[in-house]
Amino acid sequence: MRSISIVGQKLLNMAQAAGEMLALLAETLYFTKEAPRNLPSITRQMSDIGIGTLPIAMLLSLFVGMVLSLQTGSELALYGTQEAIGSIVGLSMVRELGPMMTSLLVAGRIGSAMAAEVGAMKVYEEIDALRTLEINPVRYLAMPRLIACVFAVPALVIFADLVGIVGGGMIAAVNPKINVPFSVYYDNLVRSLDYMEVLKGLLKSFVFGGIIAQVGCYVGFKTTGGARGIGESTTRSVVVSFVLIMIANYFLTRFMM
Amino acid sequence: MADKQDPRSPVTRFLGALGNGTQVGDLWTKLSHGFTATLMEGQDKLIRYEDSHGGLGIHIEALNKSFNGNPVLKNINLEILPGETFSLIGPSGTGKSVLLKHIVKLLMPDSGKIYIDGHDIHSQERAPRNYRYSMVFQSSALFNSLTVGENVGLWLREKRVCAEKQIRQIIREKLSLVGLDGKEEMMTSELSGGMKKRVAIARSLAMNPDLILYDEPTAELDPVTSDELAKVIIGLKEKVRLTTVIVSHDLNFALYLSDRIGMMHDGQVVEIGTPQQIKQSQNPIVRGFIYTTTKGIKGEDH
Repeated sequence: MRSISIVGQKLLNMAQAAGEMLALLAETLYFTKEAPRNLPSITRQMSDIGIGTLPIAMLLSLFVGMVLSLQTGSELALYGTQEAIGSIVGLSMVRELGPMMTSLLVAGRIGSAMAAEVGAMKVYEEIDALRTLEINPVRYLAMPRLIACVFAVPALVIFADLVGIVGGGMIAAVNPKINVPFSVYYDNLVRSLDYMEVLKGLLKSFVFGGIIAQVGCYVGFKTTGGARGIGESTTRSVVVSFVLIMIANYFLTRFMM
Repeated sequence: MADKQDPRSPVTRFLGALGNGTQVGDLWTKLSHGFTATLMEGQDKLIRYEDSHGGLGIHIEALNKSFNGNPVLKNINLEILPGETFSLIGPSGTGKSVLLKHIVKLLMPDSGKIYIDGHDIHSQERAPRNYRYSMVFQSSALFNSLTVGENVGLWLREKRVCAEKQIRQIIREKLSLVGLDGKEEMMTSELSGGMKKRVAIARSLAMNPDLILYDEPTAELDPVTSDELAKVIIGLKEKVRLTTVIVSHDLNFALYLSDRIGMMHDGQVVEIGTPQQIKQSQNPIVRGFIYTTTKGIKGEDH
């Protein structure tokens, strides 16, 4: 009986958190009309997310593209169909790996930092101070982060896709087992990859960016309990973002098929 | 004076440094506080900076508040007069800060009313006339990503109260009032605890408030810095006529500054009087508090 009560309480807590997160999203979207006032804050956030994450995102996608090409190319070579490697790497990077890997990276790197920063502001009364200065914390803190994330994550994904595809092409060309020249790899890639595929991938990353910002800010606003609470918020934001990104990825993929 | 690292990017620092007088710098300063601020400049503003009423009365009626079933405020009735300096004293955990947070609407009461200038602050009705209040937090609550000047001018810029040139003038004036002339460009991480408190006071004063509330202003400060802060608050009282409410467990600080003092114990106001009346009170709770805070040296008669 007690275990049922615990499960029930957990479900109620989840429902409450989901409701609060949606309310925060509605309020944040409402304040996007005041985005021009917060342009400096938005550009600073975009710079943190975009320029700060770009090197590691490119390195990650380079190796993902290389491994993908190596694994798939060697298998295809067994059947003599390794020329299809261009379309396989391209579609995988653009549809799934680029948006997913980059978003998870941003969730780990930026989402956690957002939760920690907003959480520290909550714990050290800075959010209360904003309220007494008649400044809405959602407008001042959450809205710039949401806008920055929904634009910076797709921008990062474009670079990640490109680097991953180039990495795959390099391996396809230099690996003696696969041995597909870059021109063949490229021709195969552009034949199978149209603009809609790229747009679908970017739409996914747009949604993932929104999830990262909303979760980071929501968890930050709910932080209590000093330094330990800030630490817990950091971890929670990463876990919740990962789970929501995975769930959203399935439904977006299904919807866009 | 701990960390002297400036968290702003080199570009921001460079453009910020250009801010004094040059065209590029002025443009950057305007842009960095929002396009609308630039567009609005010189037009009619919603908030008139001068319309402070110079002190508001606070009337608290049967106020109750509980957290998780634990009563923190029990039937508080209190009258704070316009323009007076009123201190709430008492040991930690007696509900002083909670009461303060109700006055600035950071918390909602379970029951009871708070009237400021005759208006129930928790009602949905608009106040008959606009008034402003500000609060100096125990932790100072300065924004670390902003400079001292940006912290002080935050409300002015966010509310587009006046032109950028006037905002800079107000920032200089308010920093001068708290003895921090020329510190506009410093980062808050470069400040000592006492300086942070003074910046927080300057930030509150920049709102030109009718009511200012201090939550434990001397917490974590050494006696010398506390004394300096007391002088700053007394100096302000002489220059700016506003209602001041101070929450403190520092009895000497409260006795030195206040027109009247309220003693809180276990969520209730148990005694109210002038500093002299509080010192001479026969209430055992007040006597006990005075005794524990002025014990003197062990073995000596007191």
